[in-house]
Amino acid sequence: MSKALHHLGALAAIIVVMSLILSAQSFAIGVDKPLNDPTLEARARAIHKELRCLVCQNQAIDDSDADLARDLRDLVRERLSLGETNQEVFDYVVGRYGNWVLLNPPFNTQTLALWIGPVVLLLFGSVFAVVILRRQKYQPEVAPIDLTPDEQARLQALLDHERGNP
Amino acid sequence: MRLTHILPLVFFVIVAIALGIGLTLNPRLIPSALIDKPVPEFALPPVDGRSNGLAAADLRAGDVAIVNIFASWCGPCRVEHPLLMEVARSGEVPVHGINYKDLPRNAVAWLNRFGDPYTRIGSDHDGRVSIDWGVYGVPETFVVDRNGHIAYKHVGPMMAKDMQQRILPIVRELQSQ
Repeated sequence: MSKALHHLGALAAIIVVMSLILSAQSFAIGVDKPLNDPTLEARARAIHKELRCLVCQNQAIDDSDADLARDLRDLVRERLSLGETNQEVFDYVVGRYGNWVLLNPPFNTQTLALWIGPVVLLLFGSVFAVVILRRQKYQPEVAPIDLTPDEQARLQALLDHERGNP
Repeated sequence: MRLTHILPLVFFVIVAIALGIGLTLNPRLIPSALIDKPVPEFALPPVDGRSNGLAAADLRAGDVAIVNIFASWCGPCRVEHPLLMEVARSGEVPVHGINYKDLPRNAVAWLNRFGDPYTRIGSDHDGRVSIDWGVYGVPETFVVDRNGHIAYKHVGPMMAKDMQQRILPIVRELQSQ
């Protein structure tokens, strides 16, 4: 009887500890609080996917666990719920961190090389390839040189030998 | 004829040089969007036991100033801390602090232990004001001119040469204006 009670007490202790751990997790920092309005939250998520994380540079803030990324996600949600348009939110973040934070950078004089560079390279390469190929095609053929009578005779002899004639 | 033969080589050399230069750049340095812009509007309370918080108005008051973003949990902040102490002792330029996402009591304990170079300290508990400053990591250091415009930003811990060769010359230049 006392042994059974003892087991029961151990079980209760385990349950208490487990529930403490679980509740600690549910209050853990780093958990995003989505907006109640689903359309607004969808807009926030769309913006999160467009903003580059400053700490883990090749991720969007939507994917990042960085502290600053979470702060920026909250900030986007906050500004949307204040009634700002997507563009206003982008302008706010770009005003502080520059175009660097946009995963889809705008087309302007600074990003000209970025946007048209590949096209220019492709054109350059194509033109170069065409020039080289055309040159090869139009190379003058070497005219066959006639054999001397001596060579002609040797060739005839070889051919006759091949055919089995004496 | 000969031109087309050396063209691929010329092209290769240009690309190699461009990429070579690219390799020497530090991808973690994100250019500040706020250079030559006024400091953001803000007013931060002091940390525990201090009376001087930091606000935008303090930076427009007519003095060139260094604004340093720091936290007690930030290791590299310890590295540059002696340099800030030295500048503060020289009295050449006021150094203000923004205490980034820190517990005010931890900040005070840190300052008591290692020394306090700051004339004013604003406690940015949730980090929002630092986002307005375009901060993306601690430590960061700004030079602010007499009218409260941001003149220069240093990202990461300052080394002695950063202070002597970049920051202080900029401060002196701004002070002479």
